[in-house]
Amino acid sequence: MATFRYETPISETDVRKPNIGDSVYVSGTMITARDQAHRRALEYVKTGRHIPVNFEGGIVFHCGPIAIKEGEKWRIVAAGPTTSTRMESYEAEFIERLKPRIIVGKAGMGAKTAEAAKKFGAIYCDFTGGAAVLASQRIRTVKGVEWYDLGMPEALWILEVEDFGPLAVTIDSHGRNLHEVIQSSAQEKRSDILKALGVSQ
Amino acid sequence: MSSESLASSVLVRCLTSLRSCRWQKPVNMLVSRSAQPRGVPLLRIEETVEKTAVEIMKRAVIHVPKDIKEALRNAYEKETSETGRTQLKAILDNVRLGESQETPICQDTGVILFYVTVGSDFGDASFVPAALNRAVKAATVKVPLRPNAVHPLTRKNSGDNTGTNMPYINWNLGVGEYIEVTVMPKGAGSENMSSLAMLTPGEGASAVKRFVVDQVIRAGAQPCPPTIIGIGMGGSADIALKLAKKALLRPIDQRHPDPDIADLEKELLKGVNMTGIGPMGLGGTYTSLGVNIEYAYCHTASLPVGINMQCWASRRATARIHKDGKVEIVD
Repeated sequence: MATFRYETPISETDVRKPNIGDSVYVSGTMITARDQAHRRALEYVKTGRHIPVNFEGGIVFHCGPIAIKEGEKWRIVAAGPTTSTRMESYEAEFIERLKPRIIVGKAGMGAKTAEAAKKFGAIYCDFTGGAAVLASQRIRTVKGVEWYDLGMPEALWILEVEDFGPLAVTIDSHGRNLHEVIQSSAQEKRSDILKALGVSQ
Repeated sequence: MSSESLASSVLVRCLTSLRSCRWQKPVNMLVSRSAQPRGVPLLRIEETVEKTAVEIMKRAVIHVPKDIKEALRNAYEKETSETGRTQLKAILDNVRLGESQETPICQDTGVILFYVTVGSDFGDASFVPAALNRAVKAATVKVPLRPNAVHPLTRKNSGDNTGTNMPYINWNLGVGEYIEVTVMPKGAGSENMSSLAMLTPGEGASAVKRFVVDQVIRAGAQPCPPTIIGIGMGGSADIALKLAKKALLRPIDQRHPDPDIADLEKELLKGVNMTGIGPMGLGGTYTSLGVNIEYAYCHTASLPVGINMQCWASRRATARIHKDGKVEIVD
């Protein structure tokens, strides 16, 4: 297992280097986006409306943080990943249109995302689910927040991060998907498990 | 004055009056009022309930219960997969950091679910829903909790974790001069993996095992494993799911008192840990830390089974508030 360190903006050549199972640390700008932000971003792309952030070469974080405002400045208290599956129906098009290089979340994504990652040059990484304090340690500053009308969890939080990780690469740019490998292996074990539990099949 | 501003002015008044009282001390220990003259309550009981509810919400989202922490440490020691160990280490580091910084361990501080037991000699408890509602609003700012409560269709966020039927209160009756409040802040990643099946009664335990194993495989990485699996058997469709969630409140180092059910719990844990899904679904032995089952008798023609999953960040806290204002943190 190799370890890769990235700084935004990330080039296609660099992002194509890691394989599933490798570790990644990222520095630079990371933007949070969940279901509603994905949906709105794609809608804005289609209708030609202005999107207030630039995802190109950047990092999308599936996360709805707890943030508090101290005077004029926001501070992130806790910012772990949310379940990425909810973004599956948007992510392939998001990668194609808005060109982020790294998607960070938890629990993996599906075949459509893996295909887009391969075609357009991107990877998907897992950050430990629930490890929100650990994650917030690596967030240096909040550079801004957009689309706050979507609510605190769903807004776009523009974060400056340093050595954010370790992230586990679970979808690489070569079409491989670690969660799918583990999932199908679990499915293969199903009949043995049921046999061990004395279940008639 | 609107009811909203009335509530907040009451809250401000109440907080101001609290400044000099012993509630300023941490309450993760028994708070005794024995030093106070009897019959001179420092706080009205409504205020005590409200403040206690805020404290247990804070406790629940920051401190992982002892049984869970123990199980996580044990999993870290025994996990054979390297990626699994990396995940468990991150989890344990995070637990430590959360506690030392008094910060919620997970940003998803859930929707706030209460279990309230009203003792027979406690007296009028009709103020409790309003007190808990105020407590949730206060905790959202004070702890802080992420505002998670939204309208189911418009998705409009109330901003303070309250709304129609939220926080949700499960009521029980008890014997004594106290009320006991348990809070379970429930995150969505694990909750979204809930399921209900109306199984064929004739298939009995086999059907239950098959259903549980299949749901754990289907859930994969999504409920933030290693999970705790709550199972409710019997009753009716709604009761099975209620029992499944209630099962999550039992510490995972305690097996069901019925030996057959206890055996089923152990067997199912062994089974789900054979899937190889592992911590965070990245592969490994520890897919779950515990399986807790509760049951109810059911109709002879049905076998409802509910599954409610809990992420490793199993959050729960309980306090008992006595009529005289004495507060004990129970869990």
